[in-house]
Amino acid sequence: MKDEKKYLFDDPKNIKRVLHILYACCILLFLLDFVINRHIYHSWENLWGFYPIYGFVGCVLLVIVATWMRTFLMRDEDYYDKPQSTELNDNKGASHVDD
Amino acid sequence: MWMTEIPPFVPFFIGALLALVTRGKLRGAIMVVIPIVSAIHLWMVPEGVHLQIAFFDYQLSPYRVDKLSLIFGYVFHIAALIGIVYSLHLRDTLQQVAALLYSGSALGAVFAGDLLTLFIFWELLAFTSVFLILARRTQRSYAAGMRYLIVQVLSGVILLAGALFYAHENNTLEFGYIGLDGIAGWLILLAFGIKCAFPFLHNWLTDAYPEATVTGTVFLASFSTKVGVYALARAYPGTELLIYIGATMACFPIFLAVIENDLRRVLTYSLVNQVGYMVVGIGIGTALAVNGAAAHAFAHIIYKGLLLMSMGAVLHMTGKINGSDLGGLYKTMPKTTLLCIVGAASISAFPLFSGFVAKSMVMSAVLKEGYDWIWLILLFAAAGVFHHAGIKIPYFAFFAHDSGIRVSDPPKNMLFAMAIGATLCIAIGIYPQALYSLLPYDTGYNPYDATHVLAQTQLLLFSALAFVWLNLRGMYPPELPSTNLDFDWTYRRALPNVLQRVFSVIWRVDGALRAAFILKLTTCLTYVAGKNDRLSGLLSRNFPLGSMVMWVVVVLTTYLLLSFIQ
Repeated sequence: MKDEKKYLFDDPKNIKRVLHILYACCILLFLLDFVINRHIYHSWENLWGFYPIYGFVGCVLLVIVATWMRTFLMRDEDYYDKPQSTELNDNKGASHVDD
Repeated sequence: MWMTEIPPFVPFFIGALLALVTRGKLRGAIMVVIPIVSAIHLWMVPEGVHLQIAFFDYQLSPYRVDKLSLIFGYVFHIAALIGIVYSLHLRDTLQQVAALLYSGSALGAVFAGDLLTLFIFWELLAFTSVFLILARRTQRSYAAGMRYLIVQVLSGVILLAGALFYAHENNTLEFGYIGLDGIAGWLILLAFGIKCAFPFLHNWLTDAYPEATVTGTVFLASFSTKVGVYALARAYPGTELLIYIGATMACFPIFLAVIENDLRRVLTYSLVNQVGYMVVGIGIGTALAVNGAAAHAFAHIIYKGLLLMSMGAVLHMTGKINGSDLGGLYKTMPKTTLLCIVGAASISAFPLFSGFVAKSMVMSAVLKEGYDWIWLILLFAAAGVFHHAGIKIPYFAFFAHDSGIRVSDPPKNMLFAMAIGATLCIAIGIYPQALYSLLPYDTGYNPYDATHVLAQTQLLLFSALAFVWLNLRGMYPPELPSTNLDFDWTYRRALPNVLQRVFSVIWRVDGALRAAFILKLTTCLTYVAGKNDRLSGLLSRNFPLGSMVMWVVVVLTTYLLLSFIQ
């Protein structure tokens, strides 16, 4: 292999760094909740950590539900390209033939 | 001045004609110049009705300029220019001409002052855009294009029917507020609803757009649905039903987007989701909400175009677009990666990007009018958009596992078009007043207050945290080569299957009935023949029927001749 060049995220340390920055930002934003004086438009916004919790729980639910939806929505990649189900193809004799 | 009487679609149609007879660089130059000249021209046109034609008893106004049509007119020019620059490398007359005609039709539709003109451009949108799908020249794109065309033409026919009812009820064809008062209102809403991809009417979009060409999808995503949004905003502001329809649109596509493998199809689902926000805004109908819908449409056309361009670049360079085949492209496509991330940040509505300043108006309006549950749904959808469009698209294309594909950044014109889009995304985000000054109403809205910025950033970063957490736990659904069923299954699979079964039963019953009938008939005939045989056996044993008939003919002919002689 000639392509031995190391790229930014080939080093797991860099991925760790990005994640740590994200964690730090999250903690900071969570704490800012207590510092900044909010204008509240709705009583729900008064709840402690409403937006962070809503965002996190919402996304986890979204992914869990979507994964569950795969169980009944997922088909082969060429599902629509294939001819109709074989059961019907067996019935070819029954299809209309003008005689 | 006569110049003001030239509607903006005219330069585009002339440009299409010129593009048809020129080649190579000259054609490229003409195509770039057209939207620029037309935009400058539009900039100088004052508001008002600039063209009126009498048509039987009706007054048609094919060129009406007001604030609402202007903002769409401007953004359509920007979208056309970006799309044209993006497709400069093409040497495909079909696509290039179709793109110009399609952009022109969209402009014609938003400046149409009466329903008949609107109908004409509505159908032109369908017939010109389908070539951008067919130009992919695959079996799949052909089938998808035909399905697309059927749905679009149907939408036009319903619009025409609605317009006729409207003319009958109100004795005018003027395109203004319509409302849901009569059958005309419902028919026209249905026609607009198809264009706007209302739930269950949305599959033409998610079906056909990802099958279009690399450059075609960029045009497609900019115009058709936004013409629908414009038409809704003009005819149905304040229709409460739209709030619920819009909230449904914002919500359900995100689930399908999370499990979809074709990354351009993921973007079409998020297109439906984004149009949902606009529809909610129109449904609320206050000045702030309609402003929000228009601003969102403006920003959305640009960042959605940017995202589709970046995915188009990936498809163009690698020949692949499925998340399961891609990954690690940031290594050799750094510029595309960066531009894609700008688009992703914009659609996710990060502060300082265009989505933020537009989407927040609709959200504020929803809250102000007291639709709490709708607000919660939209907030959930906002987190969902970030999840599937903001993170999933860049992550699975450019990062994730290394697919081993090493391709360079796309041609310069593609990069340049994306750079224009990205610049506009950031510019609108930083200086929203420029966009707000174009909006139909003056509301003095300011998106950048500390509460709002904090809330949105919290929502987004904790959504990102959820993504990281799910990924580290291995709970995130992997990209799998698959087709996910959607509502189009009903007419692509279920209905044909049911019809086939029904008809196979009908043919079988029909066959059995015929056989039974023939059997009965034969029995009868045999019976009659038997009787007849016995009868004729007595009278005509030596005179076959044929010779008898011949002799009758001879006798009659002789008789006839004799009558002449006399």
